[in-house]
Amino acid sequence: MLDTVEQIVLVMLAGGLLVTFARLALGPTLPDRVVAMDLIGVLAVGLIVVSAALTAQQALLDAAIVIALIGFVATIAYARYVERGHL
Amino acid sequence: MDAITAVLWLAGASFSLLAALGVLRMPDVFMRIQTSTKASTLGLGCLLLGAAFQVADVAWVVRLAAIGAFVFLTTPVSAHVIARAAYLTDVPLWAGTVLDERREDAGRIAAAASEQQPTGP
Repeated sequence: MLDTVEQIVLVMLAGGLLVTFARLALGPTLPDRVVAMDLIGVLAVGLIVVSAALTAQQALLDAAIVIALIGFVATIAYARYVERGHL
Repeated sequence: MDAITAVLWLAGASFSLLAALGVLRMPDVFMRIQTSTKASTLGLGCLLLGAAFQVADVAWVVRLAAIGAFVFLTTPVSAHVIARAAYLTDVPLWAGTVLDERREDAGRIAAAASEQQPTGP
């Protein structure tokens, strides 16, 4: 039964990523795409944390930390670009 | 895997999926920011807590807590910054929006300024 829970959780997170990619492709404005990228970063961190706990690979957590950091900085930089037209 | 981990992970995955669906379905960018920020923060919090219960090891819990603290601190900031950028670049609001106080205030200030123009020498 717990194997089923693992499968369900992973499939739900992957489905969320797919749906967010649809918004990233659809747009229609640049801030929409930035919001989608931000959410993709957070969902990727969640997926990595779950798979790290399932496979007992501690090194994956460091990758999750790096993705969280880069996602924040990227969002701030994109917002600055949207607002001023340059970086 | 414990039952508590299963419950927390199911809740976290549900909230993450709801955040993604909200980003796809909501009609304008500000509502998308609203759904994605709140629901994804709660979902990731549940996932991290479930992983911490699953692997009760100091090195893991410290890293998970670091991820959680960082995301909880930065998500509201990035949401505010991108919402401000979207509003200032005149991204259209949803057609059913009933209240835009900042635009009303800007119109009132502009009207008052044009009334106080000096007339004649």
